[in-house]
Amino acid sequence: MSDDRFQISRRQLLGAGALIAVSSSFANAATILGGSPLPWAPDAAAPPKNIDPHNWTFFSERERVQVEALVETLIPADQLSPSGKDAGCAVYIDRQMSGPQGQGARLYLQGPFAKGLPTQGPQSAMTPAEQMRVGLAALEWHCVSAFSGRRFAELSVEERESVLHGLEDGHIDLPNDVDGKAFFDVFLSRTMEGFFADPIYGGNRDMVSWTMLGYPGARYDYLDWIDRHNETYPHPPVSISGRPDWKVKA
Amino acid sequence: MIKKLPKKDVAIVGLGWCGSIMAIEMAEAGLDVIAFERGPWRDTATDFNIGYVQDELRYVIQQELMITAAEDTYTFRNAAHQTALPIREYGSFLLGTGVGGSGAHWSGLTWRYNPTDFQLRSHLTERYGAHSIPKDLLIRDWGVTYSELEPYYDKFEKMAGIGGKAGILNGVYQEGGNPFEGNRSSEFPLPPMPMTYAPTLFAEAAKNLGMRPFPTPSGNASAVYTNPYGVTMGPCTYCGYCSRCGCANYSKATPQTNIIPALMRKPNFTAQVQSEVLRVQMDASGKRATGVIYVDSTGQQYEQPADLVILTAFSVPNVRLLFASGIGQAYDPVTEKGLIGKNYAYQTNSSVQLFFNNKNFNPFIAGGGVGQACDEFNGDNFDHSGLGFFGGACIMSNVTSGWPISNRMTPPGTPRWGKKWKQATKDNYLSTTVVRTQGSSYPTRANYLGVDPTYKDRHGRNMMQLTFDFPENDLRMSAFVTDKAAEVARAMGPKQIVAKAPKGPYNIVPFQSTHNTGGAIMGDNPRDSVVNKYLQCWDVPNLFVIGGSAFPQNAGYNPTATVGALAYWAANAIRNQYLKKPGPLVQA
Repeated sequence: MSDDRFQISRRQLLGAGALIAVSSSFANAATILGGSPLPWAPDAAAPPKNIDPHNWTFFSERERVQVEALVETLIPADQLSPSGKDAGCAVYIDRQMSGPQGQGARLYLQGPFAKGLPTQGPQSAMTPAEQMRVGLAALEWHCVSAFSGRRFAELSVEERESVLHGLEDGHIDLPNDVDGKAFFDVFLSRTMEGFFADPIYGGNRDMVSWTMLGYPGARYDYLDWIDRHNETYPHPPVSISGRPDWKVKA
Repeated sequence: MIKKLPKKDVAIVGLGWCGSIMAIEMAEAGLDVIAFERGPWRDTATDFNIGYVQDELRYVIQQELMITAAEDTYTFRNAAHQTALPIREYGSFLLGTGVGGSGAHWSGLTWRYNPTDFQLRSHLTERYGAHSIPKDLLIRDWGVTYSELEPYYDKFEKMAGIGGKAGILNGVYQEGGNPFEGNRSSEFPLPPMPMTYAPTLFAEAAKNLGMRPFPTPSGNASAVYTNPYGVTMGPCTYCGYCSRCGCANYSKATPQTNIIPALMRKPNFTAQVQSEVLRVQMDASGKRATGVIYVDSTGQQYEQPADLVILTAFSVPNVRLLFASGIGQAYDPVTEKGLIGKNYAYQTNSSVQLFFNNKNFNPFIAGGGVGQACDEFNGDNFDHSGLGFFGGACIMSNVTSGWPISNRMTPPGTPRWGKKWKQATKDNYLSTTVVRTQGSSYPTRANYLGVDPTYKDRHGRNMMQLTFDFPENDLRMSAFVTDKAAEVARAMGPKQIVAKAPKGPYNIVPFQSTHNTGGAIMGDNPRDSVVNKYLQCWDVPNLFVIGGSAFPQNAGYNPTATVGALAYWAANAIRNQYLKKPGPLVQA
């Protein structure tokens, strides 16, 4: 019967108990049942892989320069941490935009479309990646016209900050009907996600934000520390992929 | 072409807490049971890996365990004169999907509702007079009493390994427990969780103000525990990834930790995953369910005949299935006729942020159920004479995570970016905490669930439509209790507090609570309720509708234990009454 692969009964569980362990989807487990004699290859596991920080997947070269300038203005380098650019926030956004989040995989994107009230949430027909691209272009056009042909990345720190404040406060109207404040809010959220997420996603390189905060990262056991009130937790952060100093040097 | 399958005794729709409870109870009764789950199979060892479950981006921000708006969403508006538009990305509430449902991603706070919550209208009438209840408030009695439900609360708590301290045990007040709770027939199966710093400070401050704080009842195991099904939980390690996440540690009570391992051993049980039930199939009389129609992930539709159909798909999806099946009459807020979709309620929450100079709370040492609470201003535990509202809220210090993307509080006036933002973020991350209130939500004529005329779901059905705004009653309640929470917060000695009571209009974007209730409420007569006191549909006696959908209004607590107790209560009625004599358990 065609639906057998979705049925989970005691008989299949008893026969395939170990097989279930290799997959979150029983459909896959059942497929393995028919083929391979063993449920997994020796030494195999499927941890998340670190993102390769090279090879941009979404941003054009011009967009990359612009986005790196944006994230280093939002998160400037100082004695507390490197900049958003050096922490990898632009890489993070690049990978998100070319992945399912950017493509709007979780969003309802069917019409009809109407503007709606603020309490009804965003009603755009565009995917987040499309909005990102259109928003970056509109911001660049604004800068070129307001600053005698200079692009955002070519502005001084003070000029960049004044543009971003203008977007944030809703004082700058962007061309092409782009809502500058909404674009800014989304871009700021994406930047902060990259800066504070696990480094496996490309931002928060070397756990710089976690070290700054005192957040120990992907640890799972604090039993010895529950009743040590008001004490400083002594251990450094750890990522899902471990720590930089665990890496085998070539 | 709908393929017809061999008949089962029982078809269950949704394999979360209620579905798991109903499934194991029906299987124990010897019935041939199939449960449908629209999401994937999810188990601890395979899906909630201890090496990488602590991933805020994946589970908290991008909500991997939740149903997506692309798969199923609702239209929303604040009031009937507006045009409802689709929720294109979930925010205010997050519905689980997959085996375990919302029971996989809950936090673990496991409250019993107060006895007066169940008899709200008659209690308030008796204490304050019928004239004192505003006409617009649709508050009702549940048709079931706390003492009837008590054994089933007890059963749920023992199944789930809940840790806590009884306040009223066999009629006697217990020091350190909740003095306002209903009577308990036994102590919690596990002791309270060891306390982190912030709740400890909160409890000291509350005591100094003459309040009686107590540890929040928690579904994160405080010790090794083996439940009556023979399933063992491990002690919580305070990793701080409970709500929105799966527990890798077998510590958080979930269907997959506490029931499903026992359920899957039953030869008379089948779980059918990645299969969404579209409607209940009815016979020509409209008085009898003959089974369910479901669609699998290839798009093939099937008819699964069954003698007994049990909806356990979560509150709003339950109501949606009633609409899609043509059962009962849709509520109309103008004529006030119809009951399906009526009495939708939510939760009215607020927070008080506390900024300190010299504290280190280590907020990442956390668990969803770890905390201390005060119930002085919940429900009708205080005199409402002259206050201009009914209801109340629990005041809690319940620090559930130190997630750095989500939890970076800074004092008012701090920029959102730049060097000053960064300095303030670093300065306040470890030294800031929150006192929260979780308040009741009372239904009004204007708040309801309906069917949208314009937008379709992926199966071509008209979407559900949600019309909701915070009732004036609830905003007044929350402003009052938030002031009380601020008093406790000040007594904790911070340099600054920021109290945030909710203001209308209700906004569908920021996360608030997944405690949606009502729409198919229970009661003592079919004129006012959709299901009877045993959660049996008045109109269709072989259909039971179980979950938050049955709440006539919501109380100032997390609803999971009440939902679970109702499931065990209904299961008991089916096993001991209905199966002996199938038909209405209550005569209309």
